[in-house]
Amino acid sequence: MTVYAAPGTDGAIATYRARYDHWIGGEYVPPANGQYFENPSPVTGRTFTEVARGDADDIDRALDAAHGAAPAWGRTSVTERAIILNKIADRMEEHLEELAVAETWENGKPVRETLNADMPLAIDHFRYFAGAIRAQEGSISEIDGDTIAYHFHEPLGVVGQIIPWNFPILMAVWKLAPALAAGNAVVLKPAEQTPASILYLMELIADLLPPGVVNVVNGFGAEAGKPLASSPRIRKIAFTGETTTGRLIMQYASQNIIPVTLELGGKSPNIFFGDVAAARDAYYDKALEGFTMFALNQGEVCTCPSRALIQSDIYGDFLADAVARTEAVKQGNPLDTDTMIGAQASNDQLEKILSYFEIGRAEGAKVLTGGHRAELDGDLAGGYYVTPTIFEGRNEMRVFQEEIFGPVVAVTQFADFDDAIKIANDTLYGLGAGVWSRSGETAYRAGRAIEAGRVWTNNYHAYPAAAAFGGYKGSGVGRENHKMMLDHYQQTKNLLVSYSPQKLGFF
Amino acid sequence: MSDDVPAPARVAVTEAAAELLVRLRAKHGDLMFHQSGGCCDGSSPMCYPDGDFLTGDADVHLGDLAVDDFTVPVWMSRNQFEYWKHTHLTIDVVPGRGAGFSVEAPEGVRFLIRSRLFTDEEWAALEEV
Repeated sequence: MTVYAAPGTDGAIATYRARYDHWIGGEYVPPANGQYFENPSPVTGRTFTEVARGDADDIDRALDAAHGAAPAWGRTSVTERAIILNKIADRMEEHLEELAVAETWENGKPVRETLNADMPLAIDHFRYFAGAIRAQEGSISEIDGDTIAYHFHEPLGVVGQIIPWNFPILMAVWKLAPALAAGNAVVLKPAEQTPASILYLMELIADLLPPGVVNVVNGFGAEAGKPLASSPRIRKIAFTGETTTGRLIMQYASQNIIPVTLELGGKSPNIFFGDVAAARDAYYDKALEGFTMFALNQGEVCTCPSRALIQSDIYGDFLADAVARTEAVKQGNPLDTDTMIGAQASNDQLEKILSYFEIGRAEGAKVLTGGHRAELDGDLAGGYYVTPTIFEGRNEMRVFQEEIFGPVVAVTQFADFDDAIKIANDTLYGLGAGVWSRSGETAYRAGRAIEAGRVWTNNYHAYPAAAAFGGYKGSGVGRENHKMMLDHYQQTKNLLVSYSPQKLGFF
Repeated sequence: MSDDVPAPARVAVTEAAAELLVRLRAKHGDLMFHQSGGCCDGSSPMCYPDGDFLTGDADVHLGDLAVDDFTVPVWMSRNQFEYWKHTHLTIDVVPGRGAGFSVEAPEGVRFLIRSRLFTDEEWAALEEV
């Protein structure tokens, strides 16, 4: 059990600056309008740094730097680029604990998660794409004896990326790693809730990348995000966040006819078939952990297993065990490695979750555990904490249909396989799902029947590189975490070559 | 539906949110709301300059908020409305960091929805949208 010192206190291994400018052309550049906004830590609710408030002028400067760097970066050999990505991974690994503490302070999630999930996954992501770009090949078609079609993968050039606040560094890396591997220069706009930890990372790796290859402009969505997404100077925009903004981004992209990848969220069903309880063994224990995964990252995950569907024949007992398991979740100081659930990322997130407790109750859902704000002591008293909560009800209730984005799960039962699938698919979204069964056949058939891009089978919340991740239905467009991402960040050049000296006879 | 009683409104606004809208309109011109779904900043209404966000057949016009001497239309996507239509929505505002491209973010606040179920009488009297 370790309790890390908070950044800014004695013994802290991570220290934030008092103020952050934009990161443009490999250095800090003050905002054009001279304005900054305060950045509080959700752990305490108190401001710990102020960050540049970017606008269209700053976006233009960042685009200038990116355009300056893009041609040479795009012409760098894949070997050279892969070496750099691997160096970035190594550098992050050398500073893993420090980055984990910095991320916890910025976002509020427990350091247990940043140490064991966020940072190792981010590090591995660079390594995966370093390998993927080396192994990627173009292709050749022999059209006829005189004519050959050569296909080359070329970078898009300069791309825009807008990042969410729930895994600030990891979400940035999910987008940066493939974009950089593919030879693009990037202008990245972090979420205004979590603007600083990505800069912490950029400083750490500054000497490894040519200046201008990655540029970071902070600010509010309407002031910095909009000029980036609607700029005619980017060849692609990538976004993770919610549906309305996703639609707006597609709208902006359509003005410039550029491709868009979107990851928009879900209301993921976690399905527990009756055979799960056939024995009280290690697997049953794992299934209970699987149920409790709704609390991971304080429920602030697009794939939060926020609906639990339990087969009727085991419903009573399994649910009782699940409630007990949920009540055992340790809430406390996010910098304590024993803490399992930290702070929600901002006050308005907390308020939104509390408003869902109200509507859930109003609709007649029953609160089995939790259902209120958590009052913590001392320094944590001003932080944004919520108790892990289980609602019991029916799938058409709003707490079953809407993304609450907190440690809240809505539980209902199902009669049989078909009923489970029907309930699981009765949602606007299709990002993630969980299937728990001892029968390989049941698990397989369920997985193929569920309309979601990621079906965790006898596990949950694993995000290894090489497993494609993305949504069906209202959950977005495109797939991340897989070499197919390179296609999203490249365009195909076809050289159609004639080796014949003879004219065709047309003109 | 009774001829005497007007159909109940589906949307309302708190005084605090209305005051904010007056300030925002002075900066940005006419405004609109689109209720978002989905992750991160979803499940909260987004406020844009009117017309910035294109609405069409995929959306439902829930109603207009009457604020001061102007109105602010409130929209939601049609498929989402199917799950929300039994609830009355009041737009409120809380301190926060803001979200997406919603225009109130730089003010240090965030619009929020407070919901209640329609009564049986209201439900019978509601108009189609």
